[in-house]
Amino acid sequence: MPTNTPTFAPAGTWQLDPTHSTVSFGVPYLAGTFKGQFHDVEAKLEVTEQAATLSGVARVESVDVREENLNAHLQSPDFFDVERHPELRFTADRIDLDGDAVDVRGEIEIKGVTKQIEVTGTAIAPLTDGFGRERIGLALKTTVDRTDFGLNWNMDLPTGGKSLGNDVAIVAELYFVRA
Amino acid sequence: MRVLGISGSLRRDSYNTALLLAAQERFPAGVELELWDGLKAIPPYDEDDDTDRAPAAVAGLRAAIAAADAVLIATPEYNSSIPGHLKNALDWVSRPLAENPLRNKPAAVIGASTGAFGAVWAQAELRKVLGAIGARPIESELAVGHAPTRIEGRQLEESVTEGLDYVIGQIVAAVYEREATATRPLAA
Repeated sequence: MPTNTPTFAPAGTWQLDPTHSTVSFGVPYLAGTFKGQFHDVEAKLEVTEQAATLSGVARVESVDVREENLNAHLQSPDFFDVERHPELRFTADRIDLDGDAVDVRGEIEIKGVTKQIEVTGTAIAPLTDGFGRERIGLALKTTVDRTDFGLNWNMDLPTGGKSLGNDVAIVAELYFVRA
Repeated sequence: MRVLGISGSLRRDSYNTALLLAAQERFPAGVELELWDGLKAIPPYDEDDDTDRAPAAVAGLRAAIAAADAVLIATPEYNSSIPGHLKNALDWVSRPLAENPLRNKPAAVIGASTGAFGAVWAQAELRKVLGAIGARPIESELAVGHAPTRIEGRQLEESVTEGLDYVIGQIVAAVYEREATATRPLAA
């Protein structure tokens, strides 16, 4: 029987450790996977006796696909449209735990479009680091259809079909330190 | 509000230039359509020449776009696509991509041709190119086929005038929408 987060995370505010956390994505492209990540990410986990909530943002201007022109294209209206929508947002008010498997339900906002989403993954139990700080981790993944959020760019292939897939895998490895 | 008009045709009596000249008289009060006529002076793109001191014609085009709130390009169609010199000019403008003056800027495309289709393929290609450069292509198009029978000097057939007015309305709306929705100061 799944139980809510308070059973695995002590009550309190848990702030993201941005240095060791990553929010990345992968989308089918040609014969491979086009991968990238957002470097500028914030997240917070609030745990009370009754509930746990997770919220976070990823800043579009920090998108990195290891090529500056592609970074610029991803920030343009063809994709994320950073001028109008500088952040991707995620909020969750239900976090269920079954062993170390975690099931998170909430909303994701991309390019001004908000959708309900279910995210699954693994919770890393609380531990105390060498500096005496309490840490927990969440390794989460989900898949979204980018066209649901108005990211419709594509290019026809000469032999038919499209160059870029629609299903985008999002992987968030989030490490929190208790405030 | 300032809109920069660019004709993709160099010909003196170009139907595409005529569309822009007609458009100049049809923008609402308070909106100026400036016609840029430096296209013929833009050299072929060469990365070796794309330095801090870009060719004067290129610097002029970049500055003109930077000073405009939107661009309106009238393009002919050569061999089912954009005229090479127009694409070349946009290639100059696009570099470096992250800082180019077209990024986020509303960009409308219209076109005229002597044939039946009114440069529709060139217009579609041009919208794709503008999107790749980071502009905000305006979806509405004006395809003026059989141009010699519909454009005479600055006199346009009524249906062309109506189509032009619609595109003009879309441009003005797009500029206002950009101002209203931007979450950061608009680049000059």
